Amino acid sequence: METEVKLTKLASCAGCGAKVGAGTLAQLLDGFKTHKDPRLIVGFDKSDDASVYVIDENTAIVQTTDFFPPIVDDPYLFGQIAAANALSDIYAMGGEPKLALNIMCVQDSMDSGTVREILRGGYEKAYEAGAIISGGHTIHGAEPIYGLAVTGFVHPDKVLTNSGAKPGDMLILTKPLGVGVITTAAKAGLVDDELMSRLHLQMSTLNKAARDIMVRYKVNSCTDVTGFALLGHSFEMAQGSGCTLHLTVDRIPYHQEAFEFADMGFIPAGAYRNREYAEHGVSAPGVSRPMLDIMYDPQTSGGLLISAPEEEAERMLGEFYAAGVFAAAVGYVTDRSENDPYVVAE
Amino acid sequence: MKKIDARGLSCPEPVIMIRQAMASKEAAYEMTVDNVASRENVTRYAEHQGYKVEVRASGGEYTLTITR
Repeated sequence: METEVKLTKLASCAGCGAKVGAGTLAQLLDGFKTHKDPRLIVGFDKSDDASVYVIDENTAIVQTTDFFPPIVDDPYLFGQIAAANALSDIYAMGGEPKLALNIMCVQDSMDSGTVREILRGGYEKAYEAGAIISGGHTIHGAEPIYGLAVTGFVHPDKVLTNSGAKPGDMLILTKPLGVGVITTAAKAGLVDDELMSRLHLQMSTLNKAARDIMVRYKVNSCTDVTGFALLGHSFEMAQGSGCTLHLTVDRIPYHQEAFEFADMGFIPAGAYRNREYAEHGVSAPGVSRPMLDIMYDPQTSGGLLISAPEEEAERMLGEFYAAGVFAAAVGYVTDRSENDPYVVAE
Repeated sequence: MKKIDARGLSCPEPVIMIRQAMASKEAAYEMTVDNVASRENVTRYAEHQGYKVEVRASGGEYTLTITR
């Protein structure tokens, strides 16, 4: 008999699906008075993955935080995934994580062993990324939460924002989609162990290897595809860059099983929030409903979306393949005229 | 017509409920949900199973009439 409390049963939404919608966030922050500092080169107003503060001509600090309720029942794995997801924002800015702090909420039915395993998973994943967790803060609450506040470094001239995409760029995505849909289907007991382990491995894989290769090339823009899904994050990149992003649907990588699950309606609520946020900027006339659902599906610990000049992108792809890092060319960037959509899925 | 009340529930519970209900292969179901995700997800599941879905919206609630 199973006596242990299942972590995912303590959470009302899973992983990045718990994220407050981009539209709601924009409303909450509308008219919020902020202060400027010339050293703060990426801040509140940019909808970017992390903040960047310049220390001197060679060093800038990159700061971010990310946390969510359990997406898996194994506490060690939950710790690893939450840490990989939080660290990813540093990689998406082109930076290297160095220090991190735990952010944790403990629900009363969790035993100390479970809490320790979450923390061990996070610590080991951060260490794998080259970062040390030096402290944190834990509270009691209705739902378990775990994540990190991460500090990293980047050369001020090498900061990769989500607003630098240029016409002629090729778009590369470094993890397949379908995480939210599959974890939703898993709650209905429809997902086999093999697929679940594939997904666990993907979510706990750092974007470090992809970042380490990416920074050796001329890259115009980068973000990570997480809670706002491929279409939400593409929309933000397109808006920030003043360009149109074209996504080639046939080349978008996703876990095959996600298509059937999406067609059956195992779609997290976050996907509908993402659609509401982005659809006015997205044109996807010929795309099937399940595929569009996958493109709006929130990804926990998703891959990097990289925008780089075509020649650079081709060479980068070759190096990704050679190094065994997952990567796919998913589209390209063009000029945008006033009435053009920001994202075209074709 | 079998009636199912899935108000107050979020993904994927309403889909699991309609899936279980459809094991009895009835000709028609009526399901009430109170959020867009549930409305959309139940519609997808019913259509996937070869049913037609009609939606009536009223006061933040959606009544789905699901027929063969």
